[in-house]
Amino acid sequence: MLEAVLSKLGLPGYEPEAARQKVFGVIGDFDTPEDLLRAIRTARAAGYTRMEAFSPFPVHGVDEALGARRSPLGRIVIVFALLGLAGAVLLQWWTGAVDYKLIVAGKPLFALEPSVPIMFELAVLLSAFAAVLGMFHLNRIPTYYHPFFNYSRHAGASNDRFLLAIDAQDPKFQAEDAVRFLDSCGSRHTEVVEA
Amino acid sequence: MADLAIDPRMELNPPLVQGGMTYSDVTDKISSIVEGKAPKQWWIAMAVAVPLALLLFACLGYLVTTGIGVWGNNSPVGWGWDITNFVWWIGIGHAGTLISAILFLFRQKWRTSINRAAEAMTLFAVACAAIYPLFHTGRPWRAAYWLFPLPNELLHMWQNFRSPLMWDVFAVSTYGTVSALFWYVGLIPDLATLRDRSTTPIRKTIYGLLSLGWRGSATQWRHYELAYLLLAGLSTPLVLSVHSIVSFDFATSLLPGWHTTIFPPYFVAGAVFSGFAMVVTLMTLARWIYGLENLITMKHLENMCKVMLATGMIVGFAYGTEFFIAWYSANQYERFIFLNRAFGPYWWAYWSMIACNVIAPQFFWFKKFRTSIPAMFILSIFINIGMWFERFVIIATSLHRDFLPSSWGYFSPTWVDIGTYLGTFGLFLTLFLLFLRFLPAIAISEVKGVLHQQVSAPHGVPAHGGSH
Repeated sequence: MLEAVLSKLGLPGYEPEAARQKVFGVIGDFDTPEDLLRAIRTARAAGYTRMEAFSPFPVHGVDEALGARRSPLGRIVIVFALLGLAGAVLLQWWTGAVDYKLIVAGKPLFALEPSVPIMFELAVLLSAFAAVLGMFHLNRIPTYYHPFFNYSRHAGASNDRFLLAIDAQDPKFQAEDAVRFLDSCGSRHTEVVEA
Repeated sequence: MADLAIDPRMELNPPLVQGGMTYSDVTDKISSIVEGKAPKQWWIAMAVAVPLALLLFACLGYLVTTGIGVWGNNSPVGWGWDITNFVWWIGIGHAGTLISAILFLFRQKWRTSINRAAEAMTLFAVACAAIYPLFHTGRPWRAAYWLFPLPNELLHMWQNFRSPLMWDVFAVSTYGTVSALFWYVGLIPDLATLRDRSTTPIRKTIYGLLSLGWRGSATQWRHYELAYLLLAGLSTPLVLSVHSIVSFDFATSLLPGWHTTIFPPYFVAGAVFSGFAMVVTLMTLARWIYGLENLITMKHLENMCKVMLATGMIVGFAYGTEFFIAWYSANQYERFIFLNRAFGPYWWAYWSMIACNVIAPQFFWFKKFRTSIPAMFILSIFINIGMWFERFVIIATSLHRDFLPSSWGYFSPTWVDIGTYLGTFGLFLTLFLLFLRFLPAIAISEVKGVLHQQVSAPHGVPAHGGSH
């Protein structure tokens, strides 16, 4: 109702619903990991640069074929490992030698040697959280909505199908061309997927 | 299947996924456990497990409302079944981490079908273990202030971080947390599989929320695989540290029989030994309940038997070393405690331990026993019993005869001790059965990865009938 009124008004910068419908990309469906890899290589050769593959298990060679960069997760984790280590030293030194001085068996209030187990454990604890939460962040999960799920056969990607999406952001992207291209690569079912 | 018998490569290296399964067969088989009705065996097992779990809660309720005097701990044996059970349960968990992390780093692909259930076992075993330190305080609602360095207005004091018991708190809680993270990360892609297969809105919502919107994109897999590798790399030294630190509880004391440098490696080997025994017990049961012969193959089980043989030998060697060092130290208290261990009032516990831990695994030298389900089931139960006795022997025999004969005593468990221990089995089994029922017990995406290598490896063994 509102849509109809707004479109009649012809306000500057306002596009009607139909024209505003954004496209996420074109997704094709392949039988085997090898077919998927072949399709990616053909697509790269044809000049497509922005693509994403979907598979039920990590297919080795896909990252290289897509030209993906290494995951920065390792660098994130080492920072948190060092934070854990430093935090454990600080915790044990401050509680035992500053805030609450408790002499046990005449031993020094703080020493590095008996602090090692907790230093190690806290470094591991923080690193593990950094690895998991860092992976969540890099993968943008949890997420409630993603246009990939508009593809009618998206469930195949968690079962036995290997999907290739050509992103609408790709400079070479033309929906009809992309559909024809994926079909020619051997896709069993190609669809234009809404964003 | 005729060519299976002829192909010489099959003899040496049987495929890890058998029966010519395809990717979707793997999905269907593993998901069907969660999606279908529970088999009768599952209900029978639940009927045993749940009452035992209730017994645990009853015993703990009685302990909290009455006091820790309801346990048999008393002078001179101040540590009784509580710490025995704690160490035993923590040790059980170690096989899960070994399978999921260490075998992953060593690229042992056979771990794939069993790692998920073994990790679940780790979590539930740690939960059972944690009950003992928590409840031995008598006031578990206040235990957080005693165990963790929480600032508080009431006491204005901090823990003694130079005590191995504090190290233990950090080791065990880190271990539990990291194991839970590792387990959950492994589950995400499989939860997405269950989400995509869901037919009812409730299932779709629950698995949808749990799978966090996982899509299986190449980008996601790239970060995911690195995260998994990092967690495996972190868990490997972690698992070695946990039982080492548990052993420090004893080794840093001055008590004969405890004050030994051999404890950390000896405890870690024992933990892996008992853990693998528990994995074999559970896997043979799960395989029988759900008919998973094509996924949990004889090769998996045989490999686990070999690990039990190896770690059992390490444990046996450690028993010998302890005795030798006690004699070689020329310390009369050390010598006494070890002779007392084997020939004193607890001789029956000592020789049960030797029979179960040193003699029982020797059967695994023979392929006939390594490939027989009833044999490995029974032997794994013996090893579980033996490893419990090992902890009991270490704890009770070192404590019960103090330096003065006037303070000699004998530990006897009360019915609450026994009920609590049986109860932890109930809790453990209940949680494990619920896990089998509601979560994918075998890592679907990882099995597919193994299957893919099996199919595509040119010189490897082809998946039989993989073309259909």
